[in-house]
Amino acid sequence: MSRAALSNGERFGAAVVEPADEQEVASILRNANENGLGVIPTGGGTKLDWGNPPRRADVMLSTRRLNRILEHAWADLTVTVEAGCTVAELQHTLAQHGQRLAIDPLWPERATIGGILSTNDSGSLRLGYGALRDLIIGVTLVLADGTIAKSGGKVVKNVAGYDLPKLATGGFGTLGVIARAVFRLHPLPRNTRTLTIAVESANAMQRVILAILNAQLVPAAMQARNGSVDILLEGTLDGIAAQQSAIKEFGEVREGSPDVWKAREELWGEGTIVKFTTLPSQMAAASAFFSSFVIQATGIGYARFDGDLEGLRRAMEQGGGSLVILGGTTLDAWGSPGDALPLMRAVKAQFDPKGTLNPGRFVGGI
Amino acid sequence: MNPSTVLETLDELRGILGPHGLISSSEELRTYECDALTNFRVIPSAVALPDCTEQVQAVVRVCHRERIPFVARGSGTGLSGGALPVAGGIVICLARMKRILEVDLPNARVVVEPGVINLDVTGRVASANYFYAPDPSSQSVCSIGGNVAENSGGAHCLKYGFTTTHVLGLEVVLPDGSLVHFGGATLDTPGYDLAGVFVGSEGTLGIATKITLRIVKRPECVRTLLAAFHSPTEAGAAVSGIIAAGMLPAAIEMMDNLAIKAAEAAVHANYPECGGLLLVELDGPVAEVDALMTHVDEICRQHGAWEIRVAQSEAERALVWKGRKAAFAAMGRISPNYIVQDGVIPRTSLPQILSEIDQLSSETGLRVANVFHAGDGNLHPLVLYDRRIAGQEKAAERMSERILELCIEKGGSITGEHGVGEEKKHMMSKMFAEPDLDTMQRVRCAFDPLLLSNPTKVFPRTRLCGEKPGEYVPHPLEVAGVAERF
Repeated sequence: MSRAALSNGERFGAAVVEPADEQEVASILRNANENGLGVIPTGGGTKLDWGNPPRRADVMLSTRRLNRILEHAWADLTVTVEAGCTVAELQHTLAQHGQRLAIDPLWPERATIGGILSTNDSGSLRLGYGALRDLIIGVTLVLADGTIAKSGGKVVKNVAGYDLPKLATGGFGTLGVIARAVFRLHPLPRNTRTLTIAVESANAMQRVILAILNAQLVPAAMQARNGSVDILLEGTLDGIAAQQSAIKEFGEVREGSPDVWKAREELWGEGTIVKFTTLPSQMAAASAFFSSFVIQATGIGYARFDGDLEGLRRAMEQGGGSLVILGGTTLDAWGSPGDALPLMRAVKAQFDPKGTLNPGRFVGGI
Repeated sequence: MNPSTVLETLDELRGILGPHGLISSSEELRTYECDALTNFRVIPSAVALPDCTEQVQAVVRVCHRERIPFVARGSGTGLSGGALPVAGGIVICLARMKRILEVDLPNARVVVEPGVINLDVTGRVASANYFYAPDPSSQSVCSIGGNVAENSGGAHCLKYGFTTTHVLGLEVVLPDGSLVHFGGATLDTPGYDLAGVFVGSEGTLGIATKITLRIVKRPECVRTLLAAFHSPTEAGAAVSGIIAAGMLPAAIEMMDNLAIKAAEAAVHANYPECGGLLLVELDGPVAEVDALMTHVDEICRQHGAWEIRVAQSEAERALVWKGRKAAFAAMGRISPNYIVQDGVIPRTSLPQILSEIDQLSSETGLRVANVFHAGDGNLHPLVLYDRRIAGQEKAAERMSERILELCIEKGGSITGEHGVGEEKKHMMSKMFAEPDLDTMQRVRCAFDPLLLSNPTKVFPRTRLCGEKPGEYVPHPLEVAGVAERF
């Protein structure tokens, strides 16, 4: 099934609106809120099947026209960008000053800043540079009642007030529509090299990853696939060479193609895709459930799975992890959010008491 | 509450905490009247010293039932009055909960109680070559619980991030006494990132009783370069040069002449006598660091550094840092009184704000010593004054506040790491518009609808839960075209 073929409105049979600025977002939301309508915010539409199906979807609020890069303060290593800008477009602009937002999310050509934030899709560079939650420093949210609220700021270090950028990240648009975000940036790497170590078993895979994590090496990214471990090194040529020779201690290393970092995208196709989390020391056990998987060294994995999802979820949760189903099933996408669920509902009730935004799409029916 | 109810409540708390777990005598309570910001003082009604989560829960339940406000406290090293007691309320001091509960080296996680001292986490894992990265200058005495409340930073957060980057999971006693868990040992637990919003909430959302921390592998090498410049402006230009060259040092610190003099007088760090001193630390694999250090050296020389030293041994490195970390306290050597300020600007505004601070200094006749985390634009101007001279304290406070206003005008922040607490809550409405603050307080209403947990801090005006939010009102700076919304 082609994702691009899914026009957003067709998907839910909802009216599509494309506000041009924050004020318009606010008036659309205020109006929908007053009339008891359900609003589905959307960017590139690449992850509309993530989360549970919304209870109601009357309006698709597209950020397509909210796509400006407002300020690339390159000397301060920050950028202010509107939610509808695609990841690729942003990276292209940042690269003109030798900088980047240090993430590698899915489908960057189409995925938007608002979309990757809402669905919390950072990618494998998280090992070296942190997740979106660590890179976002400011946010402007439009709440269901039309309130436009900002939090954080434009400086990388700031503890004034609550950290709402983190609350919005991964919130699936259920607390407010992200209208703009401010990020801290990183310089583009001077050089990069992808190394691949072939491993003959799941235990060997885990051993290699734990050994590299425990060495004084600084891989920017590391992932396990079926039968191999990929390592991304960045830095000076001397630095990379020294790290590469240290890594040879852990297995037979060959220089690989940067395409291996697209392995996560390649899982999509047929069948159900799951995201699972595990401790690095339990990767081998977690991987045993799958024939096709990518596990990032941070303990976040993606896999194709067509068996007993509920049994799989129980197994993952018993190991202290979680299992989220990324579309294609009637089962609850999320699993148990634990004893904080009542508090999450209370937060939702404060931000969106009428359940206007993405109703029912998030954990526990939020 | 009438006096007999107060006595009954104190008895009930004593029953929960044991005879040595509750302080209620007035002379002992005095110890808790303030934190490290000493110009605000309130004597609490009692201080609870729980030694386990169950006791914290039981105490909070009593507070909830009796509508008694409470303030959590760790080591009391906070610099914004976050642990200042609330009149008629109690202080819940977590200092007795200081066990390191779990060390999981393969997964680089440590589980601690809130009273554990920051440096003790590193102490516990150092033999395995790990460390706990957030390093506020008070790290030898401040507690992890306090760090969580304030989202503490430190010199190395430029590269390693803040407390929030390193907190994976929290066990929290909510203001109604219920126990909840945010995050966990694994990443991306389903649901809202409540750990993300709790860290840095300055004790207003509840009390953390167990904290899962991420520890970091110690880098293969650490090199610290000391560069002397004629002025902070030159040093600032070198910082921009380093960043523009695509390097992310572990730390970049700057001190001006007055700060250097004070640090020299206090700890004899053997700093060169200069107008602007830069301390650049790189860490990582040896080959990488050596290559970059050569580059940093060149950039510093290009920007006018007339003396450059690289700390050659661990002992030299420690001495260099000792001077920097002692800089606040060292002000006592050159001035009877001083105010420690904490503001943030976009790094590129550094030369401009320095000349504005100079200007303020010549207008008021008050000296200002500048200590910066230059890499991330976090300023710590120290306004020096003499309380014995009539009017000087007021003038110093006014000047210190004026510096924060300058930070806001440049698109910065009123606090980078010390928190808002009691001290800066009136500044919040200069940085944020009403709808911004109201939206933040919606979070508080979800956590603490009765407003019992550190209720008077952070916000200039407490939004009553259930209050209807108003229409969007543009911020005055926005109207004036000075600031834009982000």
